[in-house]
Amino acid sequence: MYSQSAIFARLSTECHKAMAAFTVAKYSRFLCKLRTPYKSLVPVVNGAAFAVPQPNLQRYARWYSISHLSVEERITQKRKAALIGGGQHRIDAQHKRGKLTARERIELLLDPDSFVEYDMFVEHRCSDFGMEADRNKFPGDSVVTGQGRINGRLVYVFSQDFTVFGGSLSGAHAQKICKVMDQAMLVGAPVIGLNDSGGARIQEGVESLAGYADIFLRNVLSSGVVPQISLIMGPCAGGAVYSPALTDFTFMVKDTSYLFITGPDVVKSVTNEDVTQEELGGAKTHTAVSGVAHRAFENDIDALLNLREFFNFLPLSNKDPAPVIECHDPSDRLIPGLDTVVPLETTKAYDMLDIIQGIADEREFFEIMPNYAKNIVVGFSRMNGRTVGIVGNQPKVASGCLDINSSVKGARFVRFCDAFNIPIITFVDVPGFLPGTAQEYGGIIRHGAKLLFAFAEATVPKITIITRKAYGGAYDVMSSKHLRGDVNYAWPSAEVAVMGAKGAVQIIFRGKENQAEAEAEYVEKFANPFPAAVRGFVDDIIQPSTTRKRICRDLEVLSSKKQTNPWKKHANIPL
Amino acid sequence: MAAYRVTPALPRVLHAFKHVSIRSRLCVTASRAQYSTVYDSSEQTFDKILIANRGEIACRVMKTCKKMGIKTVAVHSDVDSSAVHVKMADEAVCVGPAPSNQSYLNMAAILEAVRQTGAQAVHPGYGFLSENKEFAKRLAAEGVAFIGPDTHAIQAMGDKIQSKLIAKQAQVNTIPGFDGVVQDVDEAVRIAAEIGYPVMIKASAGGGGKGMRIAWNEEETRDGFRFSSQEAASSFGDDRLLIEKFIDDPRHIEIQVLADKHGNALWLNERECSIQRRNQKVVEEAPSTFLDPDTRRAMGEQAVSLAKAVQYSSAGTVEFLVDSQKNFYFLEMNTRLQVEHPITECITGLDLVEQMIRVAKGYALQYTQADIPINGWAIDPYKSFGLPSIGRLSQYQEPTSLTGVRVDSGIQEGSDISIYYDPMISKLVSYGSTRAEALQRMEAALDNYVIRGVTHNIPLLREILVHPRFISGDISTKFLPEVYPEGFKGHQLSAGERRELLSAAAALFAATQRRSQRFLGNLRVSGAQQEQRKWVLSVELENESHTVTVSRSGSTYTVEHDGERLDVSSDWNLASALLPVSVNGSPRTLQCLSRNAGGEISLQFLGTVYKLRVLSELAAELSRHMPEKVPEDSSSILRSPMPGTVVAVSVQPGDTVAEGQEICVIEAMKMQNSMTAAKMAKVKSVHCKPGETVGEGDLLVELE
Repeated sequence: MYSQSAIFARLSTECHKAMAAFTVAKYSRFLCKLRTPYKSLVPVVNGAAFAVPQPNLQRYARWYSISHLSVEERITQKRKAALIGGGQHRIDAQHKRGKLTARERIELLLDPDSFVEYDMFVEHRCSDFGMEADRNKFPGDSVVTGQGRINGRLVYVFSQDFTVFGGSLSGAHAQKICKVMDQAMLVGAPVIGLNDSGGARIQEGVESLAGYADIFLRNVLSSGVVPQISLIMGPCAGGAVYSPALTDFTFMVKDTSYLFITGPDVVKSVTNEDVTQEELGGAKTHTAVSGVAHRAFENDIDALLNLREFFNFLPLSNKDPAPVIECHDPSDRLIPGLDTVVPLETTKAYDMLDIIQGIADEREFFEIMPNYAKNIVVGFSRMNGRTVGIVGNQPKVASGCLDINSSVKGARFVRFCDAFNIPIITFVDVPGFLPGTAQEYGGIIRHGAKLLFAFAEATVPKITIITRKAYGGAYDVMSSKHLRGDVNYAWPSAEVAVMGAKGAVQIIFRGKENQAEAEAEYVEKFANPFPAAVRGFVDDIIQPSTTRKRICRDLEVLSSKKQTNPWKKHANIPL
Repeated sequence: MAAYRVTPALPRVLHAFKHVSIRSRLCVTASRAQYSTVYDSSEQTFDKILIANRGEIACRVMKTCKKMGIKTVAVHSDVDSSAVHVKMADEAVCVGPAPSNQSYLNMAAILEAVRQTGAQAVHPGYGFLSENKEFAKRLAAEGVAFIGPDTHAIQAMGDKIQSKLIAKQAQVNTIPGFDGVVQDVDEAVRIAAEIGYPVMIKASAGGGGKGMRIAWNEEETRDGFRFSSQEAASSFGDDRLLIEKFIDDPRHIEIQVLADKHGNALWLNERECSIQRRNQKVVEEAPSTFLDPDTRRAMGEQAVSLAKAVQYSSAGTVEFLVDSQKNFYFLEMNTRLQVEHPITECITGLDLVEQMIRVAKGYALQYTQADIPINGWAIDPYKSFGLPSIGRLSQYQEPTSLTGVRVDSGIQEGSDISIYYDPMISKLVSYGSTRAEALQRMEAALDNYVIRGVTHNIPLLREILVHPRFISGDISTKFLPEVYPEGFKGHQLSAGERRELLSAAAALFAATQRRSQRFLGNLRVSGAQQEQRKWVLSVELENESHTVTVSRSGSTYTVEHDGERLDVSSDWNLASALLPVSVNGSPRTLQCLSRNAGGEISLQFLGTVYKLRVLSELAAELSRHMPEKVPEDSSSILRSPMPGTVVAVSVQPGDTVAEGQEICVIEAMKMQNSMTAAKMAKVKSVHCKPGETVGEGDLLVELE
């Protein structure tokens, strides 16, 4: 996985190809520095780009060895050194790239004065390639860790420091991260990772790889116990990408963050594809094409402020209920607009977001993966102050059908909500699964099963509203009564049937003269909510404008819902 | 015969079931209409009336019908089947597809609807068939009453040339000009010279400013004649033109008349409609600030004598141009209920629709001229002008809870403003005992009017109302071009207003931040944390950054900026579309259109929407490191998002489209997908046509 040697070095050159010439120049110096000791044993004294340039620190290094200073003074100086990471000119370089430093990011993310830092004095332990030199030691190494508060609620944070060895992961770096993750598990609080790292610390070899694995293990063990969020704020390549991939949410910063297994150079040499860094692993690629990232933000500040907002939706752990925040929106508010939102022509599209924003508190909807598999809409809202997860078919895109990508997108979201006690509200307008060879060959059966699995397995309160079509197997999948939906409603415009009128008539009345009449008969029988309602598969047919009121009331009732699945080591979701 | 279709049974049942909330809401509005007259319910009237119209006027007529105990029948096109007027009516009949010439103008279908429902009378509203003599004639042949004047009056007043001749005979002042059709360019030049420049060349069959040109010399006359006749031919299918003297800088004042079938006629005072844009009325008021009682009486009497001359019955409007010397000239007579009739109702207390129905039933007027009062002042800024904005009303709240405010509308939250019909959202009327009071109420009404999802002209209307020239009554039809020669660009903030806006935004931000920390019933929130009482913020407005300090005590936020302190208090309801605040004790209503985690806040302040960005001091300080983003422009190319069939293309090269306007419809998977413009632009080229199959990513339309 990390066998691509010198990920770090390659990144340094690739990352900044587009940047000003002087930056590149600096980077090549940086590169030389790393390699020189390897080639010749003569240490380079001057021109070390990432050695701390401050003369006073140089001096301090000398004093330290002869113990001139009192312990207090040493503590103060270490702290001071830790605060400036790789030094002022590296900080300036980071700023010039449009990025904030690790500490600035933490300061913006957390409530003022709430950050409690751990392991400020930890240093790397590498003694090869001249790394043991004092000038190559940075208190805290290349990551800042600790805990703090977001709107008063506890969170553990690590923020990789690109100014120290390009944020590369040393054994000490990994250890620091593991420490906060372990403690987060103990007390039950989310972990937020701010990723900005060139990759493994090559000088440390297997130590660095071990560090990654230690983190991965903790990511896996924490999964479903405390929410884990990754915010990619710089490069993240090679094995490093698997930590964000294991967390619950991966957010990216547009234009300055990248995620890939191998960079463009290796891609070129292996597959002969010409691809830029941005095309290969930029925010746009991962939010729209690959589905690796859940959302992208304009810049560091925008991302961190949005993360604060997002954090408010989450419970602190799987033992906590979904948070309830002070709400000014009346829970019995009627939404007259919903009575007309579904067009009379069954073939005409409408925007599911109109419905979601209509019913949500203050029209607020934090959409997850807004640009990926747009035929399903997922995200967080609040109902009478309480966090809910919303899943809706989007008739505006590909008629809202379920395909491979939308099934996987929906399934992962539903499972997150279920893991963290967040009630799920599902809006159904689905004409079925998408037919075609591309889908069948791609394994729509396997992937569609994921969504089915997720809904069936979920034990949180589940409320379903069929707004229009609920056809075929997709009806069953979309949190139907049969999958333990707690409250299932239909709007008057709902049609629950095996398929649309035209197709059904062609099968039932094959060869019959008057197809139009047969179609009318079918429409009369099935293109309405009654067949489902008379069987109790929907609990009520409700007036759309009262939807919010009904959901809020049901959630209140369901807040004490307790349901457990049969004991098992774990289920075997069709991956 | 044109096809018609009664709405199928099932949806009807649902409509009836949907009614409830709607009806009660409209009743509230109705009870607020300022009619001082009391309806005499013992009087025999029609049992059932069909309203051959849509939108607000259909609703308006139905309200009176309901008051009078008359059953109502709505007609509608298929896209309107869930419109408010359809829900409000007791019965509804679909009369055809969306385009009005196949539905609301489809006489055969409407007549069939009359027969089918057994309606005894038809109210045509305004527009559509309201001034169509053929329609009135065919109704008469069926023995159905047309609630409006006789065919004869419609015909006589419908033709500009004929109406002028009749007016002259009835001793009504007319504009000096040629009373007949101008044959050719040379004749036009000769006549123009006779009357004296400037002259107005206009289409005989015209209206709405089409085919109308002003010429100041011979050359312009020649050009004008040519253009007007082309325009008239294409707009009305009738290229006859006439020429008259152009009254420079005139006011547009009209007299409402009401006549019965027994030879009685009254004038119900005037409406001033001088604030116009391209001959479209923007703000009306009654009474006019300009008329003295003598002029008013003279105009009223002439209007009445014209009405009598054509044996007019029902409500009608006689339009005059009034010059600075208070000389007035007959312009035309509108033989229908006019859009702006509510302001006359406000000041006279009469329900004009009720009077029209009575007259159509054959009753004589209940009042004499002496009974017609002018009580107070009413103002009606209406009509969304400029870009016709279409789309879905995502949020809609009428300011009907305010005193002295009347809203006539035919829409509700969730309604679609479609491309097929007049995009007028509603008529907002304010009423007060004095003009100042009416103006003040109108300001409040505009501030409290919530319209989201479509663009509207509230910013301009509000600006006009507070303009010193408007307040002093110094207006003419040239008001808008004179005051906004470069077009209206939104309200320009004064230093004090800017400070108020900044303070409101900063206080709102602080209130939002504070609320974000208010978790209920969650014990795992830091107890040690003190509730924040002080914020240092940076507020960005119009590319300028301001540092402000906010401190809170209770629900009052004191905002300090440049050494000045403002106290902003409110109940800080963050869910409400309206944000009523008090700034240093004086009330203001703002609207928060949006706010996001990134600190961006859109506030509607004094009618105009301002985009602000509020950041903590730290975030603002760090923002300088953030890279400048070059916006990627993919908005000028529209590509097909999926393989499908093009069902309709709504634009042609050269058309101007608004943001969000439908460009074409693609059908895929048996579903129609509307492709919309991502920005306001001119259409450069169209690469698809209806019926064509397109692949994913195919170029459909290019914008400039």
